[in-house]
Amino acid sequence: MARTITMLQAINEALDQEMARDSSVIVMGEDVVGGSGAEGEMDAWGGPLGVTKGLYGKYGDRMLDTPITESAFIGAAVGAAASGLRPVAELMFSDFVGVCFDQIYNQAAKFRYMFGGRAETPVVVRTMYGAGLRAAAQHSQSPYSIFTHVPGLKCVMPVTPYDAKGLLIQAIRDNDPVIFFEHKGLYETEGEVPEQSYSIPFGEANVVREGDDVSIISLGLMVHRSLAAAETLAGEGIQCEVVDLRTTSPLDEETVLESAENTGRMVVVDEAPPRCSVATDISALVAQHAFDALEAPITLVTAPHTPVPFAGVLEDQYMPDAARIAAAVRRVAGYAQ
Amino acid sequence: MSASDLRALVMPKWGLTMTEAVVVKWLVDEGADVELGAELVDVETEKILSAVESPASGALRWRAAEGSTIPVGGLLGVIADADVPDDAIVGFAATFEAEFTPETEAVAGDEPSPQQVEVNGRSLRYLKLGEGGEPVVLVHGFGGDLNNWLFNHEALSAQRAVYALDLPGHGESSTNVGDGTVATLAQAVADFMDALELPAAHLVGHSLGGAIAAELAGTAPDQVRSLSLIASVGLGGELLAGFLDGFVTARRRRQIKPVLEALFADPALVTRRLVNDVLQYKRLDGVEDALGAIARNLVSDGQQTVSIRECLATYPGPTLVIWGAADQIVPASHAGGLPERTHVEVIEAVGHMPMMEASMRVNQVLGAHVQELPIP
Repeated sequence: MARTITMLQAINEALDQEMARDSSVIVMGEDVVGGSGAEGEMDAWGGPLGVTKGLYGKYGDRMLDTPITESAFIGAAVGAAASGLRPVAELMFSDFVGVCFDQIYNQAAKFRYMFGGRAETPVVVRTMYGAGLRAAAQHSQSPYSIFTHVPGLKCVMPVTPYDAKGLLIQAIRDNDPVIFFEHKGLYETEGEVPEQSYSIPFGEANVVREGDDVSIISLGLMVHRSLAAAETLAGEGIQCEVVDLRTTSPLDEETVLESAENTGRMVVVDEAPPRCSVATDISALVAQHAFDALEAPITLVTAPHTPVPFAGVLEDQYMPDAARIAAAVRRVAGYAQ
Repeated sequence: MSASDLRALVMPKWGLTMTEAVVVKWLVDEGADVELGAELVDVETEKILSAVESPASGALRWRAAEGSTIPVGGLLGVIADADVPDDAIVGFAATFEAEFTPETEAVAGDEPSPQQVEVNGRSLRYLKLGEGGEPVVLVHGFGGDLNNWLFNHEALSAQRAVYALDLPGHGESSTNVGDGTVATLAQAVADFMDALELPAAHLVGHSLGGAIAAELAGTAPDQVRSLSLIASVGLGGELLAGFLDGFVTARRRRQIKPVLEALFADPALVTRRLVNDVLQYKRLDGVEDALGAIARNLVSDGQQTVSIRECLATYPGPTLVIWGAADQIVPASHAGGLPERTHVEVIEAVGHMPMMEASMRVNQVLGAHVQELPIP
């Protein structure tokens, strides 16, 4: 039975159901247990936002609170994965990847390849990303393109509660390292989610709105803003096809190219800065493989190439919003050679 | 049709959640003569694209604009004789619009919704519409669910209670299908009828559901008031090669779409929403195993291994067989060689889902059959 829950609840439910199903699944990270060692309810906290709340009571020592040392516990998770467990490690903010990047980039991502396909590293790194929460330059970035660049890592960014649950279950069952990006601004998003377990395969983009005039290719929180822009534009007679990439590695090139062939006009919306980004990658893909279909220049709507500002008024300007997306679509729709 | 006889063509309601639909394309010109039951216009809800059929014979004198969104019950067109003056048509449309009030959200919330019933350790989902009379039980086919009866359920429920259930391993019922045989699934339907205190019912089965209904008619004829089989399995050897396997193993849109398109004579009926709904169901843990178990019991070496001809020969009650002439999954030729008392209805230009592709005709035929009236 499906019922309406938040993305935060959907993620908690995915962890809960996989821990119940498979005793090799463990969760580790800073404050994922929270109240451990205290009187009363032991797992009152469950992470800074309560995503893992309630799991300690059910799974006890399979919930591991770690010191504030990402290099140690991400490394431990990678090692545990290589030796038979299925750890879900929580890197609280993806901005903190700097101190544990070797464990991800040069260890987890390489094991399968360097051991001739005989080593598997079924680790999931759940991590928060994204701006809009007034958390300043070190807690607000969207660094998914850095991970997408690395062969051997799978990169997932759910947009709805339904996708969050199904993609996280797939991530836990996957035998390769998966970086699971959770936008801070999406945890309270509500949607219908089945109570049963289910998994959504990686590498299949989701066409969340159909239209024949302009394609909007997007990911993460930006999908919601793209949909809002598409709604406004429909009132002006411009029908947008909105594609949620769902995973950037593997990337569903076919759906992106099909959409380009269908509309001939494309706007790519990405919350990250514009150099060497998912947006530029999509743009290159379409320019290379669907050039003949294009009737207008591919247009990117991204953050500027600056750190995320702390001042609220600047942060709001920094993030692409529905108005900027709509303006870009109007330019692309009206472009004549 | 007399001059005073103007008929409104209104937006139908297909399923509980439908509130409106978009006029996609008119299939006949304004002013053209149309027959009762002719497909007049394609409309698309958030779930499905389908044609609306003419409620009368006459000329199509007025049409809602393509691209417009019309609420359920709202005016799609006006059917009248060619000699009715234009003023009368315009006046009729204006009066209709003025008096029409769309169904509000609150009213929609009061409608019946699917229930779950515990039967022998399984939870089965069902939807009941209508009250009284001798009940009808609708049994969907392989990979389907109670929503397959979207275009039929309400129409059949005007004079009686009509139950549509999700078989084990389907929809929102438990995924436990036991050994996956037709006999086991038929027992689940019998248990379902017991649990809901239905000593006997008219059984309507589609495809796999046809074999299940026939099995029940063979083993417990007292519980089956009449039998209606739509594009049923169990009446011949052929079944589209790769269909069952393709359906069971597909995990992605690109894999499942061609499989679903084979179900319909018109592949455009397979909308993105329909594909997504099927994928959402197939992604659930346990569904692939359940469907695999059922498929293994239906087909071996590309040939059907189930036969219901014995059941049909011994079942004494009224039997109706409906088939789409363009069925690519199970050929309509399987409707041949049935006991003489069987009424066979083959519908042209329709595929494996006649209850969706020719809903008006199927409803007419089923409606007459369950009332034991001559089929028009």
